[in-house]
Amino acid sequence: MAAREIAWKPRSENVLMGKRISRIDGVEKASGHAKYAADINTEGTLYARLLTCKLPHAKVAKLDVEPARKIPGVHAVHVFRDVGAEAHWDGTLIAAVAAERPEIAQDAIRAIEVKYESLPHFVDDDNLEAAIEAGRAKDPRTNEKGNVAEALANAATVHKGYYGIEAITHMCMETHGSHCDWKDDGTLDVHLSTQNVTGTAGQYAGPLGLEESNVSITCEYIGGGFGSKFRIDEWGLACAQLSKEAGRPVRLMLDRATELKSAGNRPSAFAEITVAADADGNIVAWDSHHWGTSGVKGNTVSSSLPYIFDGCENRNRKATGISCNADDARAWRAPNHPQQCALTCTALDDLAAKIGMNSLDLFMKNLDKAPEKLRDVYAGEMKVGAKLIDWQEQWHPHGQGGGDGPIKRGLGMALHTWGGRPNNSAVLLKVHPDGTVSSNQGTQDLGTGTRTVIAIVLAETFGIPLSSVKVVVGHNSDPACGGSGGSTTVGGVSGPNRRAALEALWKIFDLVAAKYEVDAATLSAKDEKIWSGGEEVCTWKQAASLVGVMPLEVLNDAGKQDDGLTDTGVGGVQMADVSVDTETGVVRMNKFVAVQDCGTIIDLKTAESQVEGAVIMGIAFALSEERIMDDHTGRFINADLENYKLPRIGDVGEIVVEMYQPDSEYNRGVVGLGEPPVISPGAAISNAVANAIGVRVPVLPMTPKRVLDALKGGQA
Amino acid sequence: MRHPEEQTRSGPGFSRRDFLKGSSAAVAATALATAPAETEAATAANVTSSQAANVTLYVNGQEHTLKIEPRVTLLDALRNDLNLTGCKEVCDTTTCGACTVLLDGKATYACSRLAIECQGKEVRTVESLRDGDQVDEVITGFVEHDGMQCGFCTPGFVMATRAFLDQNPKATLDDIKSGLGGNICRCGTYDGVAKCAMELAKGGDR
Repeated sequence: MAAREIAWKPRSENVLMGKRISRIDGVEKASGHAKYAADINTEGTLYARLLTCKLPHAKVAKLDVEPARKIPGVHAVHVFRDVGAEAHWDGTLIAAVAAERPEIAQDAIRAIEVKYESLPHFVDDDNLEAAIEAGRAKDPRTNEKGNVAEALANAATVHKGYYGIEAITHMCMETHGSHCDWKDDGTLDVHLSTQNVTGTAGQYAGPLGLEESNVSITCEYIGGGFGSKFRIDEWGLACAQLSKEAGRPVRLMLDRATELKSAGNRPSAFAEITVAADADGNIVAWDSHHWGTSGVKGNTVSSSLPYIFDGCENRNRKATGISCNADDARAWRAPNHPQQCALTCTALDDLAAKIGMNSLDLFMKNLDKAPEKLRDVYAGEMKVGAKLIDWQEQWHPHGQGGGDGPIKRGLGMALHTWGGRPNNSAVLLKVHPDGTVSSNQGTQDLGTGTRTVIAIVLAETFGIPLSSVKVVVGHNSDPACGGSGGSTTVGGVSGPNRRAALEALWKIFDLVAAKYEVDAATLSAKDEKIWSGGEEVCTWKQAASLVGVMPLEVLNDAGKQDDGLTDTGVGGVQMADVSVDTETGVVRMNKFVAVQDCGTIIDLKTAESQVEGAVIMGIAFALSEERIMDDHTGRFINADLENYKLPRIGDVGEIVVEMYQPDSEYNRGVVGLGEPPVISPGAAISNAVANAIGVRVPVLPMTPKRVLDALKGGQA
Repeated sequence: MRHPEEQTRSGPGFSRRDFLKGSSAAVAATALATAPAETEAATAANVTSSQAANVTLYVNGQEHTLKIEPRVTLLDALRNDLNLTGCKEVCDTTTCGACTVLLDGKATYACSRLAIECQGKEVRTVESLRDGDQVDEVITGFVEHDGMQCGFCTPGFVMATRAFLDQNPKATLDDIKSGLGGNICRCGTYDGVAKCAMELAKGGDR
């Protein structure tokens, strides 16, 4: 036994850490027994429905909710926007009704008399000239370094292109919403679909005049968040108010259309880019102007272009935000990065084509402009990825790989980065006298496998089976944890649990040492036994019983620590193999390779799932997924799951996930994984399509129409 | 089944449920022609009005009589009246499969059926695949191959897989990729689902 230091075990000694472990709550989820906010049906629960404005910009001219109140079975009505208030996008909430049954609530919504005064709208976010003319464009932000004009003049190759990526929504399977029970004693029990269990009680207490200690938040399971579920939102407050008015519990979940229109989206980005290289393929100049919309507020994506390769010495960039009559954007997995990657890695790929260079060689050559910490990681990951997708054999110059038939095949790649620092999380750990262990914390499981990761850390530390560990998440009555956003959760919870478990284990070692007259410094825990050197001292149960009749409790609330358990900053390289039907414009995924580092891996199975799922989400926004706003009516015309196209099981091709795990990764600590692998697919697939057909499909998603338009335009 | 009404779903206006409500007399009459005697409470005369009437459902081996309006979907009846919340409402437009149940053994979107037209049929929900520690092999397979993340679409996917394998015990990967194309997962868990189905499709031509 080594000295008492906070650290992970040496890699070779792990029994569970880094192995493929099935999630401990898998049966609960798969069998339908897991309860989400949308599933809470306590006795007397009323059902809420919403009235939304269908105009993109309007003033409420008349609103009479009395006819709704008169419908038998209606118990409460809430008005979000009364006469005189403005609605700024299609889907703006006007009123809500709570009734005995959802169908009665829907009748009541129809009975509400509402009239609007229509106001001018603008939703044409890719049209910068129109936005300027309509007074919807903000003043551009600029940032310049070096001498771009001179560098362009001296460059061997200059490429100019137009690129874009449409706005998308989060499309959580479980819509935003909650079940609220405002009780007579002034307590409010909320089952909330949230990424932020600990951080939401105050969002109720302040506006509702409640004491924060009287607000109970529960979220044991959440049906997707992706960055959109940190706030309780106006419908969350409304649910509580409806419950108060009715004197009954109320469940208010958004309908699918309102979910898409009003519960968040990822900003669009369009850009004109000039990029130049010297005769050796070194990037010597970058000049870009990008625009897009984050909704009414009219911000654009971060201006940090070029992505990753900002070490380029001569660089000008300009960003213009456009105000559109659309819902305000929210954090969407890896905010800004997918757009920046889609604009940058496509332009660099076209630059490589113009030089006549293999795309991979251009990316590799310019790694000296990437963040220093990541250069070796990228180089290593590119080699791994190239081998897995057979880049050297299969890659060909753009447009030269299809033979004479209509189906063309191509390869493309992109790379990405993300921070993933741990959030500040606390844990209350108990070692019970019977040897079982429980771990409580106010965090949440978005699908990352939070419970499983915690259980692995504890079982590994105490040398006990997973079945002896009980993990509780999802209650704000437990120790405070940060929200789950930005790949911060696994790092956030694994550090405190390891620290708390080591502290408990060392206390138990001291008890064992005293009882069995051995040197505490020699003790270790493995296989449900306590060992001294190679000798068994006692069983784990015997050791645990020494804590007395009460459990041994350890609260670790130190939050993020620089003790080597966690780290921050990852790279990641992805490569796509696609086939394009040049007659129909349909792009098919053949194979996708994702090589990803993330420091110390706790559960290889859920880590791989995380990468694979992110890739599929990326395939969605690369090929089919977009918010379609109708310029004329200003409406979000595909706000449903039929016309907002997501890939299905047969649409994603073969996905190969390779976790990049040299010892240097294991030794640097845990880094979260939710964001990084979703960044590159747009650019990687776009580059593969360009490689296949020899022209750039400039805007994502590359729908069949956009592919055919690009083929007709013929512009590379 | 697709109706143009499904295109505009939310808020005031004509909806699919209105359409189903209007056509429910005909639908229910057809169903009732072969329905057992115990479902007589819901007669054709009853369903021409919007009044709540007794509807008897046979779910997971148990009979339940509910007093509900004819326009109530099977999905709402299962979730709100019987608290069988394993079937989820996600799209509510017969698109995503999160509400998949077995109706006389066939995978069915519960949002696309009125409860009243399911009388006399055997309804099985995902909850029936687990009895304490006894768990159906499809659930075990989803866990083993990690065919889930947030888990919200998973029960529907499990039921679709159960029905698909019952009907295609020797399915190939291509069969699986078309046969399970009726379910959408946002987290991206398709590979785990496919691996589970492949493992259980014993004897299939790989």
